[in-house]
Amino acid sequence: MANYFNLFISAVFVENLALAFFLGMCTFLAISKQVSAAFGLGVAVVFIQALTVPVNHLIYYYLLRDGALAWAGMPEVNLSFLGLICYIGVIAALVQILEMFLDKYVPALYNALGVYMPLITVNCAILGGTLFMVERDYNLGESITYGIGTGVGWALAITALAGIREKLKYSDIPAGLQGLGITFIATGLMSLGFMAFSGIQL
Amino acid sequence: MSRMRRFLDSIEPQFHKGGRFEKYYAVYEMVDTFMYSPNNSTRTAPHVRDTIDLKRMMSYVVVALIPCIIWAWFNSGYQANLALAELGVARDDWRGGLLSMFGIGFNPSNPFANLVHGFLLFLPIYLTTLIVGGLWEVLFATVRNHEVNEGFLVTSMLFTLTLPPEMPLWMVAVGISFGVVIGKEVFGGTGKNFLNPALTGRAFLYFAYPAEISGDQVWVAVDGWSHATPLGLGETGGMAAIAESGLTWWQAFVGLMPGSLGETSTLAILIGMAFLLYTRIASWRIMLGVVIGVIATSLLFNLLASDARPMMAMPFYWHFVVGGLTFGLVFMATDPVSASMTNTGRLVFGILIGFMTVLIRAINPAFPEGIMLAILFANLFAPLIDYVVIQSNIRRRERRHVSA
Repeated sequence: MANYFNLFISAVFVENLALAFFLGMCTFLAISKQVSAAFGLGVAVVFIQALTVPVNHLIYYYLLRDGALAWAGMPEVNLSFLGLICYIGVIAALVQILEMFLDKYVPALYNALGVYMPLITVNCAILGGTLFMVERDYNLGESITYGIGTGVGWALAITALAGIREKLKYSDIPAGLQGLGITFIATGLMSLGFMAFSGIQL
Repeated sequence: MSRMRRFLDSIEPQFHKGGRFEKYYAVYEMVDTFMYSPNNSTRTAPHVRDTIDLKRMMSYVVVALIPCIIWAWFNSGYQANLALAELGVARDDWRGGLLSMFGIGFNPSNPFANLVHGFLLFLPIYLTTLIVGGLWEVLFATVRNHEVNEGFLVTSMLFTLTLPPEMPLWMVAVGISFGVVIGKEVFGGTGKNFLNPALTGRAFLYFAYPAEISGDQVWVAVDGWSHATPLGLGETGGMAAIAESGLTWWQAFVGLMPGSLGETSTLAILIGMAFLLYTRIASWRIMLGVVIGVIATSLLFNLLASDARPMMAMPFYWHFVVGGLTFGLVFMATDPVSASMTNTGRLVFGILIGFMTVLIRAINPAFPEGIMLAILFANLFAPLIDYVVIQSNIRRRERRHVSA
């Protein structure tokens, strides 16, 4: 239990995908103008991560890795070269399902997210979560924890950035830095704040 | 009218639109408003009738810092003189030359010698921050047509007081440049930033040049003299190591220990705090929040303490007297720009700072001190805290409206 708790905390804070690895930057910078939309996207990412990481884990573990097909009588087959395309496919399918769900039941959020909802498909934070899971050899329980943890960490970061950007609306930013420029600087300063966690061994 | 006023009035037209020095209006305005209170009044809404303005607020913070500054002179001189006596060497730089020339000497039991020695350590750092930071400030004010305001004096003083006494001056210049430019001016100047500029500069130095701003070597301004701060000792050996170093709680409270210039004396900080609270410049809610956060978190950690993490066993009354916690809680956390703005939010903001400080001190082996990063971290979430407070207030009032 303590193991899972530590993994979760470290995925949320210490190895925050957005602010320690700078993954998922395109959506991170684009959907952080309003707290409500950012929070909605954050929740969507938590869902997607919580689903894709364990599903990809099962695919990797039972179909792709070296010797995974031993249960089908083919122990010498190694399909791990198909990893990337399988993971992306799973992510795309799940995003589509989530999109249909939001369109039907939460239309306000669906409209706020607009084109960025399908773009989660190619959000590197999502694929990053899966690839870290493969690389670090997490088991199913750890994959679920890690998926939720990275999603929560990313959601926390984008919501905080949206709060800051709502405050920055009242700032007097030089013309050349308005928009993306100042958002990059703000993101950099945020990751300076998140350095508080770097070095924590759990 | 004084001669000064007449002189300023006589040159004023030169700085107005169409005048010869039109570009340098910000500089004129700075000198004028620094010496005399301006008589212009607000032209557009909202109108608030109050004697307090940004200028007075910032000047009050500088006044509140005076006990810390004087203690910084005394203590850094005292620590240096102690180390010199122990090593049996003489100071051979310009400071040593000046001190011997005027016959002041290096006797650690002579308070005046300590004070002058510390002043000579403090002055170059402060002048550097003032000149370099001031240059940036005036440059931005001139180019972007805004006013130079006293917030900059607070930033440079706070920045100086958080540095170790023998910080290389070029690093001081780099740090204050980062703090003023990236921490504040790119957002449009005082009141528009979201991180505390002094702490941004310090954090930048902390990660860029860790050898000069952390460890055992830097806290006493004598080369080759290694003396860990109490927090550094606690990180490795826990309370036992602190007790072994001979430091008592009262010594730590008064501030007779090595550390950053202004942070050592809890007593001097408390005097400044009383002034800030009496004049209502600083929010008591933030301070109370930090105190609650620190006490609650350290009590919790005391229960969980283990041999692997000796700092977890540190009792809360020690947390307040070692390191920069009290300095940060009084002067940095209460920065009205980067803190939360709503009253409930301020309390939550403070608790987050207190929690994070103790968490970093106890759990994170990379950093012995936590207050700097804790405040920066809480600054990030301050707007979000306000957002949640305001939204929940809106919801509550909507419900009341519906039911009525």
